Amino acid sequence: MALRAEESSRLAGLLSEHRERVTHRWVELVANSLRGRLSQAELRRQVEDLHRGMIEAAQGGALDLESEAAGELRAVLAELSRGRARQGFTATETAVSVYALKDALLELMETEADADTLRDYVAFSSFVDQMGLFTFESFVRTRESLIADQAEQLLELSTPVVKIWEGVVAVPLVGTLDSARAQVVMERLLQTLVDTGSPYAIIDITGVPAVDTQVAQHILKTVVAARLMGADCIISGIRPQIAQTIVALGIEFGDIATKASLADALRHVLRLTGVTTSRRQSRRES
Amino acid sequence: MTTGVDLGHPQAQAIQSDEDVVRVRQLVRTVAVASKLSLVDQTKLVTAASELARNTLVYGGGGTAEVAAVDNGRRRGVRILFADDGPGIADLDLALTDGYTTGGGLGLGLSGARRLVDDFTIDTGPGRGTRITVTKWSR
Repeated sequence: MALRAEESSRLAGLLSEHRERVTHRWVELVANSLRGRLSQAELRRQVEDLHRGMIEAAQGGALDLESEAAGELRAVLAELSRGRARQGFTATETAVSVYALKDALLELMETEADADTLRDYVAFSSFVDQMGLFTFESFVRTRESLIADQAEQLLELSTPVVKIWEGVVAVPLVGTLDSARAQVVMERLLQTLVDTGSPYAIIDITGVPAVDTQVAQHILKTVVAARLMGADCIISGIRPQIAQTIVALGIEFGDIATKASLADALRHVLRLTGVTTSRRQSRRES
Repeated sequence: MTTGVDLGHPQAQAIQSDEDVVRVRQLVRTVAVASKLSLVDQTKLVTAASELARNTLVYGGGGTAEVAAVDNGRRRGVRILFADDGPGIADLDLALTDGYTTGGGLGLGLSGARRLVDDFTIDTGPGRGTRITVTKWSR
């Protein structure tokens, strides 16, 4: 429901006439709901921004929140929601910051209890509802972008390339290997091969719950890319159930060395490079 | 061909993105564990589900997966139905050939998935989408 022109101007009048009273009560109501998690001064500034935005919108002849005159108000609302979302407030706590205006307005208007005032209040109230919904949407958008950021950070976190011996780097893969992660892994591995000048790389898939054709293809491509750079890849951490699944799927790893565990893979590389390891105490046999 | 009584309601999962493929996988694993499939069978079924869900997404343009625990009187198992309203498969024999792909993959998804499960039925045709039902029984 949109405001009518005269309602809009009455709203502007009401808000500017009772400026002190409305903002004071508004701040009070919001402060109650947030229980001191936001400073009084900050809250007052936000409420005054909103208050000013509403007056400007109403004076500019805004009949609903979508109209051009309400642009400033929308910006203030979006800013408020973004701030709240980032500070970890809930959606309800954010929306209440707007809806509290209704109570403040009601207290102001109920002194004149005639039919016209009631109609005005209903119209104002639906305008505030629109503002609340807008706040909610901005809030959700901010949260979504936060989640997307975190997913990206996780992507970075979960793909370390570690040097485990002179000339040997290892990539322990953990979790689902989708295209985006496979790309990150490949880039990291190739870069580390260049940086460390390592001729051997071990890709450990112990932490990958299921190896399907897509995962296998990503691994194969990584191995081929590493080979083009002159490095040999060994795939380790192939558990029995994964081995059986790979066989049933019909995936061929060709001449790529595969080992059951990271230790086996390292031993394999060390043997290739001619490094011999021995126990400190010589064994009885041999 | 697939027989057995449903135990409880099948759980549906829409397949519209890569994340949904992961969700299908997790759902299948949960049901497979509850149906007491062995670790090898769980892994095989989850892998088959992963292949078919990705096919549903990539070739079918998205669809749904329905996962149900079933019982044929002697054994328990898990049945999954993948359905999409995509273009369908024109030449099924060709699509089931190892190494044949139209999408740049390894060409082992559909044929491999068939080898990973106990029952595999496919209902498809040009212009009428694809419905694939797979069942894995506990041993």
